Amino acid sequence: MMKTLSEKIARFGLAISLSVAAATLAVGPVNAAEEGAAAAPHYPLVKPPQEPWSFAGVFGRFDTAQLQRGYQVYKEVCAACHSMDLMSFRNLAQPGGPHFTEAQAKAVAESFQVQDGPNDEGDMFERPARLSDRFPAPFPNHQAAAAANNGKAPPDLSLMGKARAVERGFPWFILDIFTQYQEGGPDYIHGLLTGYKEPPAGTEVGPGLHYNVGFASGSAIAMAPPLSDGQVTYSDGSPETVDQYSRDVSAFLMWTAEPHLDARKRIGFQVIIFLIVFAGLLYFTKKKIWSRIAH
Amino acid sequence: MSGPSTYQPQNGFLKWFESRLPLGGLIHSSFIVFPNPRNLNYWWTFGGILAFMLVAQIVTGVVLVMHYTPHTSLAFTSVEGIMRDVNYGWLLRYLHANGASMFFIAVYVHIFRGLYYGSYKAPREVLWVLGMIIFLLMMATGFMGYVLPWGQMSFWGATVITNLFSAIPIVGETIVTWLWGGFAVDNPTLNRFFSLHYLLPFVIAGVVVLHIWALHVPGSNNPTGVSVKSEQDTLPFHPYFTVKDALGLVVFLIVFMWFTFYLPNYMGHPDNYTPANPLVTPAHIVPEWYFLPFYAILRSVPDKLGGVIAMFGAIAVLFAVPWLDTSKVRSANFRPLYRQFFWILVIVSIGLGYLGSRPAEGGYVIASRILTIYYFFHFLVILPLLGLFEKPKPLPASITESVLGKGAANVTAGAPAAPQTK
Repeated sequence: MMKTLSEKIARFGLAISLSVAAATLAVGPVNAAEEGAAAAPHYPLVKPPQEPWSFAGVFGRFDTAQLQRGYQVYKEVCAACHSMDLMSFRNLAQPGGPHFTEAQAKAVAESFQVQDGPNDEGDMFERPARLSDRFPAPFPNHQAAAAANNGKAPPDLSLMGKARAVERGFPWFILDIFTQYQEGGPDYIHGLLTGYKEPPAGTEVGPGLHYNVGFASGSAIAMAPPLSDGQVTYSDGSPETVDQYSRDVSAFLMWTAEPHLDARKRIGFQVIIFLIVFAGLLYFTKKKIWSRIAH
Repeated sequence: MSGPSTYQPQNGFLKWFESRLPLGGLIHSSFIVFPNPRNLNYWWTFGGILAFMLVAQIVTGVVLVMHYTPHTSLAFTSVEGIMRDVNYGWLLRYLHANGASMFFIAVYVHIFRGLYYGSYKAPREVLWVLGMIIFLLMMATGFMGYVLPWGQMSFWGATVITNLFSAIPIVGETIVTWLWGGFAVDNPTLNRFFSLHYLLPFVIAGVVVLHIWALHVPGSNNPTGVSVKSEQDTLPFHPYFTVKDALGLVVFLIVFMWFTFYLPNYMGHPDNYTPANPLVTPAHIVPEWYFLPFYAILRSVPDKLGGVIAMFGAIAVLFAVPWLDTSKVRSANFRPLYRQFFWILVIVSIGLGYLGSRPAEGGYVIASRILTIYYFFHFLVILPLLGLFEKPKPLPASITESVLGKGAANVTAGAPAAPQTK
């Protein structure tokens, strides 16, 4: 009798946990949908599509030409308002990046004037930038950046490729382990830069804001649409469209966020192959040793 | 230690040394000839994996410290300097950050293995409690390590967790001020967290020594839960378990390296790549994944103090497991009902982890409450009652019999001694 009673308890426990699991899965979305109707909808309004990045997956590598185009877009468009404090001109010539020659990187650097000093007379002075200099910021300080941009300072772009991502949700966050999806950042940036649309009728867009379906914190963003077709002139014949520009600059921002990605994936492959072979050898060693005794 | 050492130093120097400090004998008896039950499965390799992970974390951590600056104005950029300009700094940091996650994966497997096979029961209660102390120290270390890069989640995670102590009546606010070293999370907080993050792993190492010592007195439990009765129930640690542990470790390393090299930011949060800003609160503050079940329990209680008590209670109840479980049978393989409840507990714990990552609203809160109640119900009601009601399956007469079948057990019984009863 005790046995049947305790079996009942066990079934009861299992039933509870299963129903809670079901409730969690069911209530979650319903709850979200209700909210969507009543209060805040989920942002971004359109989840960024997964783009086919050259640097995705086991053998992913940055596309040098794309990074060079991306740098061009960054330099001619983004850098007007956004800083990139963590990058130096020397990075432009390092392996696994846009791979400019050292002379090219030097020429790029020298096209910028930076403040140095104090000199022996105690004066600050301007000089052309060197390879070791950081990318100059467009504004002298945070307050100046905010004042020039409607009160909201444009964020630093150095780590943007890793500092933004749209939540994946179930079951994607599990599948991502096997597909190695780590490109949420560039997908988001691409979605944002191509996300400027005409607001649907009846949608109020605040003053100084711009309707954007790719923005993670609302339906409108302070940044005006930065890109337009034909704005940047490519020398390699790539399409001069907003889609291509945003794709290239997203790849570039992934590189600035993770400059050693190429080396990481190359070494990672070697390490994993080594470990698999090592595990195989250990498996047979273990079998041999354990064959001495019955088990 | 299973009786006097049989270690025979081979050369004159080792003989001279051994007679002054019997270190060789200690290693020999603990890791060479130490008798392990012959039926240990691969779930038992996680002890060795954890020892490896502790050493790996200390080694990578010590090198990272050489390049890290514990100051609010420099911490974030110094970490990025490691990622960009230190030779293989990106590798060191990703190994260390993902190593922490792997350490917790291994420790959760290790704990649930102990729960399944009843490894906490007499005579291993002290062993279990020492393990729980290590778990607590790991949580403190992991939490403080996450603060060091001084990103948004570092800062806000530290703010939320330290604020929990303000729920303590009367002295709460004073304690929080004392933890912070000021009136908000700031440079003194970062400095002391850094200091403690460097200190605690060595405390863990010390408790690990006690943990292994406490393990080597009764010896390892095993999948049958039946105690070792004769020498033929065991095999020497080397080569049988050194090679088995090595295989388990290398397979584990494949997973570890998969994350380190291909998914290095999978277990992290994007917001932690934004420098800490006390004026901007992230939309959702979430702790590292390995705290999520406890975070869900914390938030499931509507009252702040109640939530804090529930969260610490969820850990405290684990300390009491050896005395809450009334069954004399160790292994769940022979406890048909406990076995089912064990798997329900696993599902509930994973469910709590998922709920901890969701915003605290609507159905998520209701589900968290139900699962939290069940979590405590499992330990405080089911575990004590089950031992009284459950009818266990018949146990094998010995470990050898469970491996080789009846009859084979006594054929080669050479040494009738009972080395494990010492």
